[in-house]
Amino acid sequence: MHVFADQTNLDAYVSGFLWILKLTGASAFFALVLGVLLAAFRVSPVPVLRGVGAAWVNIFRNTPLTLIVLFCYFGLFSTLGLSFSDELDLNNYWLGVVGLSVYTAAFVCEAVRSGINTVPAGQAEAARAIGLTFFQTLRIVILPQAGRAVVAPLGSVLIALCKNATIVGTIGLIEASSVMKDLINSNGDAVIPIFLVFAGTFAALLIPTGYFFGWLANRMAVKR
Amino acid sequence: MMSSTVLYDHPGPRARVRNAVLSVVFGVGLVALLWWVYRKFDEAGQWEGRLWRPFTEPDTWTQFIIPGLRQTLLAAATGMALSLAFGIVFAVGRLSDRWWIRVPSGVVVEFFRAVPLLLMIFFIFYGVPFLIQGPVSAFWAVVVGLTLYNGSVLAEAFRAGIRSIPRGQSEAAYAVGMRKSQVMQLILVPQAARAMLPVIVSQLVVLLKDTALGYIVAFPELLQRGVNDLSANYGNVVAAAIVVAAIYIVINSLITMLAGWLDRRTQRRGFRATKKTTAGPAPVLEQAVTEPQG
Amino acid sequence: MRMKRVAAVAMAAALSFGMAACGGDSDGESGGSGAKGIVGKAQNQKKLVIGVKADQPGLGLQTGSTYEGFDVEIAKIIAKGLGVEAGSIEWKTTVSANREPFIQQGTVDLVVATYTINDERKQKISFAGPYFIAGQDLLVKADSTLAGPEGLDGKTVCSVTGSTPAKRIQTEHPKAKLQQFDSYSKCLPLLENGQVDAVTTDDIILAGYAAQEQYAGKFKVVGKPFSTEPYGIGLKKDDKDGCEKVNEILKAAASDGSYKAAWDSTLGKSGKAAPELDTTKLTNCGSV
Repeated sequence: MHVFADQTNLDAYVSGFLWILKLTGASAFFALVLGVLLAAFRVSPVPVLRGVGAAWVNIFRNTPLTLIVLFCYFGLFSTLGLSFSDELDLNNYWLGVVGLSVYTAAFVCEAVRSGINTVPAGQAEAARAIGLTFFQTLRIVILPQAGRAVVAPLGSVLIALCKNATIVGTIGLIEASSVMKDLINSNGDAVIPIFLVFAGTFAALLIPTGYFFGWLANRMAVKR
Repeated sequence: MMSSTVLYDHPGPRARVRNAVLSVVFGVGLVALLWWVYRKFDEAGQWEGRLWRPFTEPDTWTQFIIPGLRQTLLAAATGMALSLAFGIVFAVGRLSDRWWIRVPSGVVVEFFRAVPLLLMIFFIFYGVPFLIQGPVSAFWAVVVGLTLYNGSVLAEAFRAGIRSIPRGQSEAAYAVGMRKSQVMQLILVPQAARAMLPVIVSQLVVLLKDTALGYIVAFPELLQRGVNDLSANYGNVVAAAIVVAAIYIVINSLITMLAGWLDRRTQRRGFRATKKTTAGPAPVLEQAVTEPQG
Repeated sequence: MRMKRVAAVAMAAALSFGMAACGGDSDGESGGSGAKGIVGKAQNQKKLVIGVKADQPGLGLQTGSTYEGFDVEIAKIIAKGLGVEAGSIEWKTTVSANREPFIQQGTVDLVVATYTINDERKQKISFAGPYFIAGQDLLVKADSTLAGPEGLDGKTVCSVTGSTPAKRIQTEHPKAKLQQFDSYSKCLPLLENGQVDAVTTDDIILAGYAAQEQYAGKFKVVGKPFSTEPYGIGLKKDDKDGCEKVNEILKAAASDGSYKAAWDSTLGKSGKAAPELDTTKLTNCGSV
């Protein structure tokens, strides 16, 4: 473990995982908002909205994230001139958040949509029978119940998002995987301990998260 | 089960007008946005012929894109075959009555689901050679990484599938004198495998996309050859990214359509009858479907 | 602590699996480079595996199924000197990070890939050459007034993640903003549209990009190298015979004009005259 006794390496390790956490946090928020909105689009009465929702899911779910993140840099920033900050790292961070969010939103959308499908049809019919509009039906009756059913799938999406944050390294943000790569390059004799520390940190973050969501899903499950 | 159309009434005259207005407003907004993007790309010279001309030359396809695509498909196919084997072994392992099989199987599955694939591939390529005292090719680094991750996801899916089979099936099998291993092999795994077919195909999409992470070890797959190497020759990163993304989308859409078709087929035959009557396994199935690694 | 044990068990399982999976790949090819090193392998098998870059115009660029560039030509000269025809060379793409592992593990016999000789690397592998002396420099737009690394403060400079040039900018010019990618080819479109002010790496690599058809006349190399990068040919650490033989071949190439021909057919196209190969500076192949 002499590699991590070195203060510079330790700092790099900490800042690498801080980037991962920040990427995960911001992207989880935006992906959730966007994903629920897209799911509403996909079940809405307006054909154009349904089309937008379906196109979004098909495009982003079927493209490798590496390519999406790359495109955020070269398309959004470099070509369209979308800049978030003069600070280079921060700009790359937000471009990464955009890429992770649009990608993850497609998965959130599909999870929420399948959650909506677990709500018995009678519920929606009853809601309509008492005169609720589409948005009222969705907001008051369907989504609260669907929300409980999608806890477990959303947990998986969150875990995947955290792992996917490592891909933002392709546009030069020095997150955990880039730090690991760098440390391995300069400490060829300690490849295995370095890997175990980085993989172990991810496992320590994500395995409990997985169990937490499993527990939560069980607790929140709608008993039918 | 509810189709989305139950969420709103059949539109009457007013609702139809409202929907039409919303469609037009949104449609116009969308077209305006796309037009703006098109203009901006034009201003930046992204539509210039020199950036796109390479794609009209056969060499680009025969030397870069098709060989890259072949590697991508080869890695995905190999990874899928190995993941299936890995998934079945560890699913059965996690359901074992013996703790010394059950616990290590669980640890392996949980660990590899938690480690980013990028780290795995990198480690297999640079770290494992020190352990086995021999080289690991980029291809195998990618395939083994994909197998460990997707195999773990499939193991969980299989486990859910095996558990979703009505208990009467295994009870009947035990009653006719089968041993546990026979019950697994003859009764549970074949049924679970058929019920899980859509999940397996969906996971193939994930696996195919994940081959793109091979760039970290210079594995010459579609993204490496079609975007990185091609743009080194012609300086057209954005154009190449658009073309390659389109290829991924087409292939994955085909696979997804196959998954949907299989899903309908198996449902019609009643293999997933359990899902309809009890809400139990459904979330687990969905969970397996939507594990969106890179 | 429990976490660690868990991880260790998982690793053990992963590794046994990894080995099983890799078993199919070792088709006995690596068995050739035995005690006799590359000289022996070239004599016995009449073929060599040589690692080159795939994305560096002018030096090592994969254009479809073939590779071209100065490094590739040098590799051909060496192979020829060892008695291996150009057609019997198996080219392997290497990136900066995997050159040492490739040599150590026997994935490749030789590496000719803009490979700077330094002490850290000499502990793992040995170097023949140098066949060229490069230096870190800046590539800027043709009309740029940037005159050297001193002018980088507050400017954005693009390089490859974790590379030596990137690290030198970080430590010696911390006020420069550093954008990093996994290849230099991603930096160039950004330089073209002004989003980065300079691209930095070895001058010879930059010259290769500047000479590329689509960038012709748009960029210039500043021409004030601020480091010395002697490019060597990497081979296994214990292969002293092979190293000495390669140096002999380089000497011969310098005198019979094949070195100049290699330059003229690749980087020389940019109009730059062939450098003189200083054969007195060749390494002593690790004899201490």
